[in-house]
Amino acid sequence: MALLPAAAISLRLTPRVNPLRRKSSPRQQTLRNSSHFTYVPEAPPVPGETQRMNLFQSVTSALSNTLETDPTAIIFGEDVAFGGVFRCTVGLAAKYGKERVFNTPLCEQGIVGFGIGVAVAGSTAIAEIQFADYIYPAFDQVVNEASKYRYRSGGDFDCGRLTIRAPSGAVGHGALYHSQSPEAFFAHVPGVRTVVPRGPCQAKGLLLACIQDDNPCIFFEPKVLYRSAVEDVPVESYTLPLGKAEVLIEGRDVTLVGWGTQVQVLREVCQLAEERLGADCELIDLRTIAPWDVDTVCNSVSKTGRLIVAHEAPITGGHAGEISSTVQQHCFLNLEAPISRVCGWDTPFPHIHEPFYIPDKWRCFEAVRKLMNF
Amino acid sequence: MAKGPNDVIPVGLTTVQNCNHTFLTQFGDLNCYCYNNIMLMMQKIIFRKATSSFLQRRPHSRSIVSDATINITPFKLHRFDYGPSQENVTLTRDDALSFYRSMQRIRRLEGAASTLYKNKIIRGFCHLYSGQEAICVGLRAAMRDDDAIITAYRAHGWALMMGERPESILAELTGRVTGCSKGKGGSMHMYGTNFYGGNGIVGAQTPLGTGVAFALKYAGTDRVCFTLYGDGAANQGQLFEAFNMAALWQLPVVFVCENNGYGMGTSADRAAASTAYYTRGDYVPGIWADGMDVLAMREASRFAIDWCGSGKGPLVIEAATYRYHGHSMSDPGSSYRSREEIQQVRETRDPIINLKKRLVDTHFLPRMK
Repeated sequence: MALLPAAAISLRLTPRVNPLRRKSSPRQQTLRNSSHFTYVPEAPPVPGETQRMNLFQSVTSALSNTLETDPTAIIFGEDVAFGGVFRCTVGLAAKYGKERVFNTPLCEQGIVGFGIGVAVAGSTAIAEIQFADYIYPAFDQVVNEASKYRYRSGGDFDCGRLTIRAPSGAVGHGALYHSQSPEAFFAHVPGVRTVVPRGPCQAKGLLLACIQDDNPCIFFEPKVLYRSAVEDVPVESYTLPLGKAEVLIEGRDVTLVGWGTQVQVLREVCQLAEERLGADCELIDLRTIAPWDVDTVCNSVSKTGRLIVAHEAPITGGHAGEISSTVQQHCFLNLEAPISRVCGWDTPFPHIHEPFYIPDKWRCFEAVRKLMNF
Repeated sequence: MAKGPNDVIPVGLTTVQNCNHTFLTQFGDLNCYCYNNIMLMMQKIIFRKATSSFLQRRPHSRSIVSDATINITPFKLHRFDYGPSQENVTLTRDDALSFYRSMQRIRRLEGAASTLYKNKIIRGFCHLYSGQEAICVGLRAAMRDDDAIITAYRAHGWALMMGERPESILAELTGRVTGCSKGKGGSMHMYGTNFYGGNGIVGAQTPLGTGVAFALKYAGTDRVCFTLYGDGAANQGQLFEAFNMAALWQLPVVFVCENNGYGMGTSADRAAASTAYYTRGDYVPGIWADGMDVLAMREASRFAIDWCGSGKGPLVIEAATYRYHGHSMSDPGSSYRSREEIQQVRETRDPIINLKKRLVDTHFLPRMK
């Protein structure tokens, strides 16, 4: 094999002439590089002055509002002082003080345990776990300490002032340890609230609600939305109700339930279903994973008779199972078809096989078609 | 050179024949033509450049020697009465050249990975070893073939030293089935003979390494398990659980703390109450070594294998090193440290440059005019 001339070893990685490559349109280029959904901006949920923000900026805004009004509030976690790996805490240390926004060592169990202590002693503790995939060392602290403090002390103490934030979910290339959605593990723990927002306005309102809530809360932020979800978000503080799901699109034929990024995927499924099947879908964002809004979902299924629950986490033991069980219990006679779950497969979150793993709009659409034809 | 997509390129790499399909769109417009091009270039860069003209010059027989004795930066000891050899350490010419080649290979591999990542051909999370090469080359030089090693996610250099081919590593990074983990593991999960990975969760590999060492001892061998972790992981609770078990049961674990000064974006002194990581094992004896000196790492490991392999229990080696890139390719690496600092280390402490100086100073190779 001939030696390449030195000039060629300039790491030119795209060949000059590629006979296989057609000229791609801008739209094709966008599709190629984009994720499996398109974010649709929403109107602000409350009146007032707004600012264009993406999801991480809306989180910063919520945290800033909190530090402004609550003198006991502190934010801590790995690398939060310089702004955090997802820039959720940019500017906060400079504005509110390094003693209020500070780095912890690399010790999740320590971070959450420490946070529980801070909360129990009466300060508002906002702990950041750098990726939800790393939350498991802290699982014992959440399950055995945080969730049980009020119960076991007969109400003498509680760690309601604790909020744990963690980026979660698929991001397109995160692979095994930067893509997980652990909400089901925590949904199984009575005493802790688990919340997942679908966009910036929701994130700010729900995060502020979690911080102000009298219970320990875990707030999973879909990391793929940090930059891709942009809308006008109110700059003042506001809260959205916890424990309440939201009906985004009303329909008569089938109920679609999801949370976080999956809501955006299901939105496109609703459109596809209307265009291709003439099916009128009702879309519900669960928002609070546990305790979840049984009434809203059951009322919807009583109306439509069909239910699909979709989430990225693996199907076995996923939260869709919990929803299915409860719904069939309450709405059995109203069901026109078995409840369908479109979820991640029962494998570790894959590296290169992610497009096959996630419950994308085609798998969800297929589920709608099956239910309509049942 | 330019070959069409239907041609087989016989370069001894995994060839892609007659392949017209476009790779998964989510991962960019990489098709087989491009892949072949890249593999070609990577092979050139890693193999050819690594053995640059510097090494290929025929030396004058008068002015070269076959071995030399060298004094290395003194070790610091914790709970040891004596430590690894640091004066009059013998280095043979063959070994020195082999170290040089290996370190250069790793540096080039990481450079290639960096470029591929910037071109979005490698996706996901990619943690580069540039600057820390002396650790894996030095340790591997001392390791016997049946010693085990487990490390964290900054593992490409280890994959290379433990026998994986560069093509197999690059294939794994780009998610191909010909990769060393069949494309399923990615950057952080590469494995090999006696090489237990490649682990994504910080600190989780330390109890694992302790368990491997237990199995080695239980089987009646004198093999040891090198268990590597970083200065960030040094604050993980499970590491201390591992220390305790290893010391309690006298397990042949060589804990190696690769202290590169930063845990993601937090400097070591802002994360640890004590940055003397070689003492953090408390009752586990420890050695501080210059992690930028391949010879120091070799001597420290030799000492460790002798100590642990003869049943005296675990020990900790702290290798003081530095990483040039950010924590991962998603981290620019300059928001928490200055470019001057990185430049300064590159100029004064680079393991490859320093070995090169040594090769010349010890007359292993002639001084270039």
